[in-house]
Amino acid sequence: MSDVLLETRGLHVRFPARHGAVARAVDGVDLTVHRGEVLALVGESGCGKTTLARTILGLERPAEGEIRFEGEPLRYTGRSLRSYRGKAQIVFQDPMGALNPRQTVYEAVAEGLRIQKLPGAETVRVADALSRAGLRPPERFFEAYPYELSGGQRQRVVIAGAMVLEPSLLVADEPVSSLDASVRGEILKLMLELVRDAGVTILVVTHDLGLAWNIADRIAVMYLGRIVEEGPAEELLENPRHPYTRALLSVVPETREMEQQILQGEAPDPTRIPAGCRFHPRCPLVASGEAARIGIEERCRSEDLGLAAVVGSSAGHVAACHALVAGGTG
Amino acid sequence: MSEPLLSVRDLHVTYHTEGGGIPAVRGVSFEVASGETLGLAGESGCGKSSVAGATLRVLPPGTEVTGEVLLDGEDILSMKPQRLRAVRWTELSIVFQGALHTLNPVQKVGDQISEAIELHRTAANSKARVAELLDLVGLPPRRAVDYPHQLSGGQRQRVLIALALACNPRLLIADEPTTALDVMVQAQVLELLERLRRELALSMIFITHDLSTLSYVCDRTAVMYAGRIVEDGTSEDVFGRPAHPYTAALAAAFPVIGDHTYRKAPSGLGGDPPDPRDIPSGCSFHPRCAVAVPECTTADVELWPAGTGRRAACIHVRDAAAR
Repeated sequence: MSDVLLETRGLHVRFPARHGAVARAVDGVDLTVHRGEVLALVGESGCGKTTLARTILGLERPAEGEIRFEGEPLRYTGRSLRSYRGKAQIVFQDPMGALNPRQTVYEAVAEGLRIQKLPGAETVRVADALSRAGLRPPERFFEAYPYELSGGQRQRVVIAGAMVLEPSLLVADEPVSSLDASVRGEILKLMLELVRDAGVTILVVTHDLGLAWNIADRIAVMYLGRIVEEGPAEELLENPRHPYTRALLSVVPETREMEQQILQGEAPDPTRIPAGCRFHPRCPLVASGEAARIGIEERCRSEDLGLAAVVGSSAGHVAACHALVAGGTG
Repeated sequence: MSEPLLSVRDLHVTYHTEGGGIPAVRGVSFEVASGETLGLAGESGCGKSSVAGATLRVLPPGTEVTGEVLLDGEDILSMKPQRLRAVRWTELSIVFQGALHTLNPVQKVGDQISEAIELHRTAANSKARVAELLDLVGLPPRRAVDYPHQLSGGQRQRVLIALALACNPRLLIADEPTTALDVMVQAQVLELLERLRRELALSMIFITHDLSTLSYVCDRTAVMYAGRIVEDGTSEDVFGRPAHPYTAALAAAFPVIGDHTYRKAPSGLGGDPPDPRDIPSGCSFHPRCAVAVPECTTADVELWPAGTGRRAACIHVRDAAAR
């Protein structure tokens, strides 16, 4: 069995925007997800990370490029999508919104089983999924309604609903951002248990670098529809090389010893992706004159670039920055 | 030290519902000195926003509030309506989370700010004052003619801050001011609040569930659990060396990136925050506490000294001090 569970090749997703403009939400992404890993996809809101995740789940169709799951290209027919959704499941950030308020916990978890028409005793599978999600004894939760549960318990029900299908891929979009601080760690622990005990692979979409430090094996940093840096989690967080990753890390309260680089403005507009390096209008290297000093500013403004291996870093650490190619300070 | 600007003494807030009374705040006391920023931390339902609501007297009618909220020695809780109106905005004001819902969607943002100025007659020329305020919060004064939907989330939050500062208050209460914002915009707003505090010599109460933000913004922090303060002290002490097991668990929930103890090892707290209608006996934290002993189920806990300038409501802290 190959080590690669899923890959995207030259993936582009576009949406029509106002005044005939086109938003290039995902703008050329090659991403590989390995079996049994936790991959964190991080970036500001509007960077395209949620669109990429939805496309990976088959909920959006790419304009260009393809998604390969277990070596096979994803096909967009009703039947193959239904079978794919049994193998690739999602956990949303707001468990209250994800659960039907008039459905009991049992019904919520059993729903996926009925759609997928999986064989075997339904009650046993539901009980097993609930207990795996940490709701024990499971029978005690069968008849409960969402409003009777705490935020953490609701998120566990959502996770049980995903895990009952025994998927190989779990896509979690900000799985703890709406939860209380004390509950957050418990849900993250559960996710690591699922990887260890159920052999699931997790793609977690988040803006929270602390979460990535807590659970991710690898991290991919996304900016304006493109992955701008990717690598093993420790390497990337302890030795970030792309100026965008560095800025993102510097404003996380958990790393206050770094000098803060607060980028001005909001996340930029995917209908108007700048020429050259897409980060150059906000790049501290360009703004400080450092890019001009090392003689790359012209390229930053005019030459688009892809990911390249970061010299002097461990295997698999790649970044898209002219300063790194030029051997500058980066 | 001089007289504190704000002194909250034995504050109790009880909401009355059809299902009975809900004690949201159960005896909270704290002080805010002039020019100081106090952080009020805790999870949802711990009572932190009720403390803010009581301080501004904006809680729903029928809510039972007892204790004292002294602003320069004058009790806000017993002020006459006219005096209260004068004090709000000019002495203390609030910035809420979720800027989109607080601003009127069909009124230009500049007009919303000048309305407050004209109502309190705190500036002769409200138009000039609006421009000055927008500039102060880092927005071009021409944005005054924009409607809220024409602004981004970060810009709307800046408008709310300008609005809160319209009548030169001395104390600003910021209730989760950055919660709904993106990381980079969050950093921009925190930077702005920090600059305003310096330039305007503001006192602030900063309310949030995000401990890591507090450690950056606040001089002192008080941590609330189930309607009470369970620990207070300098922010550095409270987060760096928590004395109460609850604070320790909260602090550990936000890992320090680069600290390998947390690598692949998220830290949480079992159980859920208690239902305010059914608060556990003794120390209300005992059912979730990793170091609870039998006495915790019955002990009357209070804030015991836990070193210089800090206190914690844990019998282990009491016992350590006694030794």
